[in-house]
Amino acid sequence: MYQSITNYKGARYFWVALALSALSILAYWWHQPVNSPNGGTWLGYTLGTIGALLIVWLMLLGVRKRSYNSDLGNMQGWTSAHVYLGTALLIVATLHCGLQFGSNVHTLAYVLMVAVIFSGFFGIYAYIRYPNLMTENRAGDTMSGLLEQVQKIDERCLREAETDDLRELVESSVVGTCVGGGWWHQLNARDHSTIVVPPALNLGGRQGQTSNRDQEQVIQTLANRLSELSGGQEAGAVQHLLAAFSAKQILLRRIRRDIQIRALLKIWLYVHVPLSFGLLAALLTHIVVVFFYW
Amino acid sequence: MDKFEIVVIGSGPGGMSAASHAAELGVSHVLLEASPKHSNTIQKYQKGKHVMDTPTKLPLRSPLDFEAGTREYILDKWEEGMTATSTNILYKSEAASIEGSKGDFTITLKNGDKVGAKFIILGIGVQGNPRKLPCPGAEFEHIQYQLDDPEEYNNERIAIVGAGDAAIENAVGLAKQNTVCIINRRDEFARAKQGNLDSITQHISDGMIECHYESNPARIEENPSDESRYLFYLSTPTGETPVPVDRVIARLGAIPQRKLVESFGIEFPNDSPTALPELSSQYESNVPGMYIIGALGGYPLIKQAMNQGYEVVEYIQGNDIEPADHPLFVEAFDGLPYDKNVNEILEYLHEASPLYQNINPLTFREFILDSKVQEVSDGDRLCVQGEFTDTFFVVVDGSAYVKLPGVGEFRFKPGDFFGEQSLISGRRRTATVYAGEGCVVVETPRRTMVKLQNSVEAVKRVLDEAFMLRAVQSKFTPNTAHSRLVDLVHNTELKLFNAGENIYTEGEEGDDVHLIRLGSVTSVKHTSKKDIITSYMPVGHYFGESGALGDGVRGDTARANVRTETICLSKESFLSLLEMEPGMQTEVQGHVRDRLTIEARMEAQPRGGELMSFFMSEGLGEGTDVLLIDETLCVGCDNCEKACAESHDGNSRLNREAGESFANMHVPIACRHCEHPHCMKDCPPDAIHRASDGEVYIDKEACIGCGNCVRNCPYDVISLQKNPDEKPGLLQWLLTGSGPGPGGKQYKEGDDIKKAVKCDACKDHDSGPACVRACPTGAAMRMNPKDFVDLVGSRFGS
Ligand SMILES: Cc1cc2nc3c(=O)[nH]c(=O)nc-3n(C[C@H](O)[C@H](O)[C@H](O)COP(=O)(O)OP(=O)(O)OC[C@H]3O[C@@H](n4cnc5c(N)ncnc54)[C@H](O)[C@@H]3O)c2cc1C
Ligand code: HEM
Ligand code: SF4
Ligand code: SF4
Repeated sequence: MYQSITNYKGARYFWVALALSALSILAYWWHQPVNSPNGGTWLGYTLGTIGALLIVWLMLLGVRKRSYNSDLGNMQGWTSAHVYLGTALLIVATLHCGLQFGSNVHTLAYVLMVAVIFSGFFGIYAYIRYPNLMTENRAGDTMSGLLEQVQKIDERCLREAETDDLRELVESSVVGTCVGGGWWHQLNARDHSTIVVPPALNLGGRQGQTSNRDQEQVIQTLANRLSELSGGQEAGAVQHLLAAFSAKQILLRRIRRDIQIRALLKIWLYVHVPLSFGLLAALLTHIVVVFFYW
Repeated sequence: MDKFEIVVIGSGPGGMSAASHAAELGVSHVLLEASPKHSNTIQKYQKGKHVMDTPTKLPLRSPLDFEAGTREYILDKWEEGMTATSTNILYKSEAASIEGSKGDFTITLKNGDKVGAKFIILGIGVQGNPRKLPCPGAEFEHIQYQLDDPEEYNNERIAIVGAGDAAIENAVGLAKQNTVCIINRRDEFARAKQGNLDSITQHISDGMIECHYESNPARIEENPSDESRYLFYLSTPTGETPVPVDRVIARLGAIPQRKLVESFGIEFPNDSPTALPELSSQYESNVPGMYIIGALGGYPLIKQAMNQGYEVVEYIQGNDIEPADHPLFVEAFDGLPYDKNVNEILEYLHEASPLYQNINPLTFREFILDSKVQEVSDGDRLCVQGEFTDTFFVVVDGSAYVKLPGVGEFRFKPGDFFGEQSLISGRRRTATVYAGEGCVVVETPRRTMVKLQNSVEAVKRVLDEAFMLRAVQSKFTPNTAHSRLVDLVHNTELKLFNAGENIYTEGEEGDDVHLIRLGSVTSVKHTSKKDIITSYMPVGHYFGESGALGDGVRGDTARANVRTETICLSKESFLSLLEMEPGMQTEVQGHVRDRLTIEARMEAQPRGGELMSFFMSEGLGEGTDVLLIDETLCVGCDNCEKACAESHDGNSRLNREAGESFANMHVPIACRHCEHPHCMKDCPPDAIHRASDGEVYIDKEACIGCGNCVRNCPYDVISLQKNPDEKPGLLQWLLTGSGPGPGGKQYKEGDDIKKAVKCDACKDHDSGPACVRACPTGAAMRMNPKDFVDLVGSRFGS
């Protein structure tokens, strides 16, 4: 019932792209130009025109995406066609230039195009692979649900921290917990949480602010404290805190992973789209140069 | 005891208008109001609420002003108007009982005072008075029955009594900055909406709110210690416990006005909660001298109530004035082929069908105003097979006909009616009806028909019989004349089941056959471990036939998914039906066989059954068009939400991320387009409608923003929103960065009008719902009940 982008309508655009590529290759193979194959032959012009039109059409996906009232097909169809025809472009354009490269604006356009296409490959990989990972990781919760659970745990820990030292420890860990951040932090999903361990609980560790990556420092400190105690009310509280922080550790891992996947699902577009604008500019220059200065 | 010509009870817009008009005319009068301020219902609207003056076409007729504006503005205007007319109003004077008769009534107030009256006008609305705490100490200062703004209270100990939505919303709203406990008479929160239920259980398990289950208020005493203002004693299964509190908020619901009104001697036609008292065309009830106006009489809008207040005083004075809605009728009857005045046409229509016989003139007037009376050209279609329209037709003149393939035409004569199938089942039209020569019909919207059925017993009976006859015939004996079925249908019953109720249980004896006419049913099998859903049956399907044709022992349990009504045929009736139609017996046996195979397959795939129950609990069993998202495809780009907002004046009607998931299927918060939309139930201006393809939508112009639908929708899909302003276009945003960009919104300053918004399935877009079209990955999809049965099959079937 549900079809992925690649299977849209029996993968009809795959066949279109395949036909386009096959035709280009056949023509290239059959066509024996006087000089070596290049953009200046009649076939070169034809493939060049097809390629340029394809690029313009591929760019139009961004416009269609934002024309929410458009009656021109649905986005899934567009994206499916975009993916396959974008890939076919690699063949069309390569044959168009006949593998003549140099350090000029023409080759720049080619390189940009290849970069756009490869970033697109990553994108389609991400679109197919990551939704599953994201669902598994979230296990039925929503992001706000997960954050709320963390907040609940924090509140509970603050209530259960019996002694002043423990309260200080918990407070500092709550204040120092951080998730997300800039693009880089989102993508590498490293924990930059910090903590200040109160001197009484600090067994020879660093004074002042230290890293609390993956909540390890609090958990370690609590575990150390527990080994010093033998029963009693504080021991009970420390046990509760340990359990709570372990739960929080797992939640935070899931949150970071979720943020990371979301970022991965978006970041490539920040490469794909600017590069494609660059490509458009280079393409225009390429055409102008070819027609006026050749 | 003071005695007045007219005593008006209840100072809502209706009562106030009546009393002021009496004052204006110099008639001796008093206006009795239970609360300390006038118009309690309007006082309780949210602060700053924009009050609307629908129906706009209806002229206002009252000494008091009324035009759309904020609640404060309108209340001030009324206050001024009452002062200007020297209206005599008594506050904190709740009428408790009435004795005597026309010319000599005695009204006893709650505080024991008595007031005498020649005529009484009842305008006490339908809001009812809040149920009071039934324990000593309830009179203390900080015991309250309403909560306007939770932010007003800080660092108090507050006990909330009750377990419904209001109690939960108050408790949760206060819990952040107060110590809150909630007192629940039972051991669970059964009456609350899912969202509220989740929120309260979460708060309780987090220790944010303490819950006293199975506890009843015993008494409240002042606390001798400083710890708190009061001690609230609760009687619990383990004895009495004191709870220190500073404030008690009791949310025990309202006592419906009906009991009180009945104690005044006023009769209601039946037990339905929506039943209305019968009134004459001059608003007089069955008790001579006692008049009913406003919401209590079935007129749920302010302007209507105010006009009636004016008119009723005129009528009491003996002036038979034209009602204010007269010009509306002139307009509505324009173009009809009758050379008659408004009243004559009304009378003519009233006599046109036996169905209208038992309707009183006032109700009929309102009924016609809600309906459309029109002449239709020969051959035009009145309703179209397969469409979702749900209006009801009565032929007044000429004829209408259905084309039956192979049989010819079936004609509806003057007085006949049609459209009851869709009206009752909420499903698509079963036939196309064409207008014949000289055809004049009355076309009535669903809500008006529902109201009529609940107020006039005879109408309900006639419609039900016609429904059963036509439903049974088209299902089992399409080639048999109606006349042969009349007796059988007469002996057949309708049975109503609540959501979740078992119609019959596996292993019990029984041989009735049920034909579903409303709601839907699942068939469930018990296995050693759990119950497995093996099939889903919507309206128009029948079940139980294996009992009638087999050994009379039920092989499965049939359970109502939602409120469900069936036509229950006894074994004898069922068998005699099969005899009437050759070949039917074989067809039914084939049906049994098919079902057994499907059930066996589902039984082998318990996950499929679980997915089906998940879908049921999410309302897909009553939905006609539900948005689902396949989590294995969704990349979270929110293009669906943006598309929704962009194609609907800036407010998205779906919340993609919220909502429940199961087996990678996610049901976002978006309208299900229910067969019998709960949201329609209580909309004062009747602003919620169903389009021909089944889309349930809100008429933005008509909506008054009361929020009833928001509360009534069990799936939390409606919200009250301001209308965002026009923003710069896409190109301008791209080039100059002006405006909030796609999906964003900006507001006009000073525009505070909030109206209900919900999904309309993009009924005005030819190429279908914007959310689905905008999804780049194909994860978003819309489904009807049949699609999701197929979906379950394709995921888990063989
Ligand atoms: C949230 C909300 C928003 C709404 N918005 C609009 C809108 O924008 N426009 C619109 O046209 N309609 C609106 N309505 C509908 C409108 O409020 C009602 O139609 C209208 O108030 C009905 O007027 P009424 O005079 O019949 O009764 P009510 O206004 O209900 O007044 C009844 C009065 O009787 C008093 N009373 C009750 N019992 C007794 C007793 N035993 N003795 C003495 N007094 C008694 C009550 O305290 C109350 O003051 C809205 C309704 C709600 C709930
Ligand atoms: C030169 C070739 C290409 C150009 C110029 C191009 C250009 C674009 C543009 C302008 C967008 C719109 C992004 C936005 O507005 O959000 C886009 C989106 C996208 N492109 Fe390409 N693209 C090219 C090749 C490819 C290829 C080869 C693939 C995959 C194999 C690909 C996959 C995608 C995908 C998956 C999207 C995202 C659709 C969405 O989420 O709405 N692209 N591309
Ligand atoms: S708004 Fe709610 S009740 Fe109304 S049709 Fe939609 S889901 Fe059903
Ligand atoms: S649509 Fe909803 S908010 Fe608007 S008037 Fe009807 S019930 Fe009230």
